[in-house]
Amino acid sequence: MRAILWGTRGSVARAGPATVRYGGDTASVEVRSDDGSWLILDGGSGMLRITPRVEEEVTRIDILITHLHMDHIQGLGFFHPLRNPEIDTHIWGPVSTTRDLAERLGRYLSPPLFPVRLREMKSLHLHDIGRGEYEVGPFRVAADLVIHPGPTVGYRVEADGATLTYIPDHEPALGVRAFPGDPRWTSGVDLMRDVDCLIHDAQYTEEEYRGRVGWGHSTLRQLLQVAGLAEVKEVVTFHHDPEHSDEMLDAMLDEAVADVQPASRVTPGVVETLIEL
Amino acid sequence: MAQEPIEMILLTHWASYVAVPIWITDAEGNLIFYNESAERILGRSFEDAGEVKAEVLGQLFETTSLDGEPIPNEELPLVVALTEQRPSHRSIRIRAFDGSWRVIDITAIPITGQGGRHLGAMATFWEQ
Repeated sequence: MRAILWGTRGSVARAGPATVRYGGDTASVEVRSDDGSWLILDGGSGMLRITPRVEEEVTRIDILITHLHMDHIQGLGFFHPLRNPEIDTHIWGPVSTTRDLAERLGRYLSPPLFPVRLREMKSLHLHDIGRGEYEVGPFRVAADLVIHPGPTVGYRVEADGATLTYIPDHEPALGVRAFPGDPRWTSGVDLMRDVDCLIHDAQYTEEEYRGRVGWGHSTLRQLLQVAGLAEVKEVVTFHHDPEHSDEMLDAMLDEAVADVQPASRVTPGVVETLIEL
Repeated sequence: MAQEPIEMILLTHWASYVAVPIWITDAEGNLIFYNESAERILGRSFEDAGEVKAEVLGQLFETTSLDGEPIPNEELPLVVALTEQRPSHRSIRIRAFDGSWRVIDITAIPITGQGGRHLGAMATFWEQ
């Protein structure tokens, strides 16, 4: 299994000279199994960079959506395979307590926000998910709710003897008086435990977080701490704040690593990073 | 040990911040948390009491009706919320950890999580 980061930015796309290296597109990650099967994690604007990579012979693509905030779905409407009748496209995403995925996704994929309606995409199949385990082609996927505003899941993907956990929006320190604490009472730990690679929210500095508690995101330091709690092997920083330049992200990472001294290997979430598992 | 459901993690965090006494049990009726406001009425801190199995709780707390008659277990508000999945309210006398008797009003509700999962029950109570 291997993964490539095509969209790493959080909240809103931010293109410009200051975000060239880490990337300006919002969340989307290509995952391929050894047999070439396709899995895409989230449909942010980074998804547009995946379109030209879909080979002619591909007949099925599965897209796992963590939640329906715009930075995770805004690329869907522009992802050409969704309009290709030769490709079965499956979108898996969380339901709310009263609305299914079709109704929730249809609020964006319909006028006036988008000219094409969801129901016009004939080869699209929607799968309502909550907590649980799912067989998605050769991928075994576990989903669980994590702390973030609105119904939000993280995913643990297993294939080819490797494990990858993806939790792009997550605030495990919310309300905790002493973080990190007991793993049993820490959001996301079951999904992360002993995983080969964790792609995870690292949006804020410690100073920024103090003014944004409850917004649903982590500091880089919290990420390294929770990864230690779950004994993660490799951590990839993700969901970079749109206000953070490449230089600032480098400095944040250096400072957090020096402070926490994590046992996990730490990989900066730079766009186009290839993760071989 | 497996991680607790997110709904219960958030509930215990919330309970630790509010000034209303809160008692939380899991789906089996095991006590998993009560907050500082509840400690004053129960007579012991949660730090000292810790989590308590359902079968032990009955030995720790004695409850009666306001006129001193024993209350069948299945009529206690928390048990009703857990077993019948509906809110329940009543006034009772309770002998707390410290042995003193107190009269409280107690309201219990079932905790139903995403996907309709029965996760436990929560009670709030006031001393009369």
